[in-house]
Amino acid sequence: MGKNMLKRIDLIFKNEHDTDEILSKIFKRSNDDLINDLIGSGLKGRGGAGFPTGLKWKLTSEAKDDEKYVICNADEGEPGTFKDREILTQVPHKVLTGMAVCGRIIGAKKGFIYLRGEYNFLKPHLNEEIDKFHAILKKLGSDFRIEIFSGSGAYICGEESSLMESMEGKRGEPRNKPPFPTEKGYLGKPTVINNVETLAHAWTIFKYGPKKFRDLGVQDSRGSKLFSVSGDTPIAGIYELELGMSLQDFVDDFGDDDCKAVQVGGAAGFCVPRKKFRETAIGYQGKLTGISLPTGGSMMLFNSSRSMYNVLKNYLEFFEEESCGQCTPCRVGCQQLLEGIEAVKRGEKHQHYLNKLLRLSETMKMTAKCGLGQSVANSFSSIVENFREEMIY
Amino acid sequence: MTDIQQLVGELVKKHGTKREKLLPILQGVIEKERSLSDYAMIEIAKQLGISAADVYGTATFYSFMDTEPRGENIIRVCKTITCFMKGKNQILLALEDALKIKLGETTPDKKFTLLETNCLGWCHKAPAMLINDEIYTDLTIERVHEIIGEYKNK
Repeated sequence: MGKNMLKRIDLIFKNEHDTDEILSKIFKRSNDDLINDLIGSGLKGRGGAGFPTGLKWKLTSEAKDDEKYVICNADEGEPGTFKDREILTQVPHKVLTGMAVCGRIIGAKKGFIYLRGEYNFLKPHLNEEIDKFHAILKKLGSDFRIEIFSGSGAYICGEESSLMESMEGKRGEPRNKPPFPTEKGYLGKPTVINNVETLAHAWTIFKYGPKKFRDLGVQDSRGSKLFSVSGDTPIAGIYELELGMSLQDFVDDFGDDDCKAVQVGGAAGFCVPRKKFRETAIGYQGKLTGISLPTGGSMMLFNSSRSMYNVLKNYLEFFEEESCGQCTPCRVGCQQLLEGIEAVKRGEKHQHYLNKLLRLSETMKMTAKCGLGQSVANSFSSIVENFREEMIY
Repeated sequence: MTDIQQLVGELVKKHGTKREKLLPILQGVIEKERSLSDYAMIEIAKQLGISAADVYGTATFYSFMDTEPRGENIIRVCKTITCFMKGKNQILLALEDALKIKLGETTPDKKFTLLETNCLGWCHKAPAMLINDEIYTDLTIERVHEIIGEYKNK
């Protein structure tokens, strides 16, 4: 650790509070001009899925409807992710600004922050910030209003369509897509839903112009990103780093000199063993050479004292509980994967059974309705294939 | 009028009767009562003009909406990977010892309920737990006894 291979970036948490000034400047510019800045910056969704933010706003602005909504997705539930909480604690005004600008561009009068129930303690502070922000908007002649909607302990509600179902007072079960929220979102109206961090980056882009953001990162993966670093590291915490970094450099900076694997992107992400650190880059899949892995920011390090069987078992217990149960591949698949690895470990099933489980996880990837069921295969196959012996003995 | 009828009435007055207000209303009942009784769910259904099955189906989807009676203080220990690696089992044992109950149980004086939960978002300060809406991180066995002592004296 401590080799300082990676440049630390200080944009998101930079102590800036000139909300009045920035908003009044932004409100004088045309919508097209602002969208072009956002598209030009190369900003992609920071929740993990990586949809181009400028395009999302543009599509929603073009949708014809008299009512539209902006939603900030603060249902940060992916194991190993905790950056959004820190953004909402330290720089909530940047997120609120991002929402208000989005509202102006797409023609929405109402914004919601869907805050996970586990973060209820943030509400008093956040509500104060929202009140202050409304006063600024009023001065500038904007009637855009933001309110908090609380979740109640459901990982799946971080999935955008489940989140909207939940806001509509229903079970948080994912919808079929299309239609996408840009056409039919909350209450069937065109909706922009962005991750907390994405909205905070919008502040930087509108304040400093797209170039400052675009100059960071590589190729298709532009800008900086917050990483939540945890597990076997002496310096767990939140770090803003450039996209496109090599996983080896990351481990040199954050590992404890005994790192055997890094889980990139949480339980829904991929487990990378030591031998693949060098060829793995952190960014959106695109033109990067070698393996490139996207992440919502979760980076969990495991050293040689850890059993990857226990790690995988913990993930599968998580998915089995958090699967919404709506579609069969995910509901039954998660149970069977968990029971299956336990049976192999106990010696009740032959080790070849792992191959059958790998095929099951592939089936889930193809047939599950939403990202939860589809992504179980990521950690399952990357752990079983790279640490097969630990699964058996 | 019963207490629950009155509570639901106040919540409906505050939020309105639209379906999209169901979660805030359920959360309002939980905040006061700690859990949702059948009676409360039927009352909500009546006042919103939807079926009780719909209310029950929605409420039971969410892990923070308990339909079993709970204590005044609900403790939720994070069991997901980093907290698991950093000793959440010891924390759980310490809590069971301090409260003289097992995981999932409520103390006879109805003051505490001990539960586990999935990732709380404090992996860099594991192990972590929630008591109601308060977060406690970097837990040790000693710290657990201190915290429970403070709550017992409240």
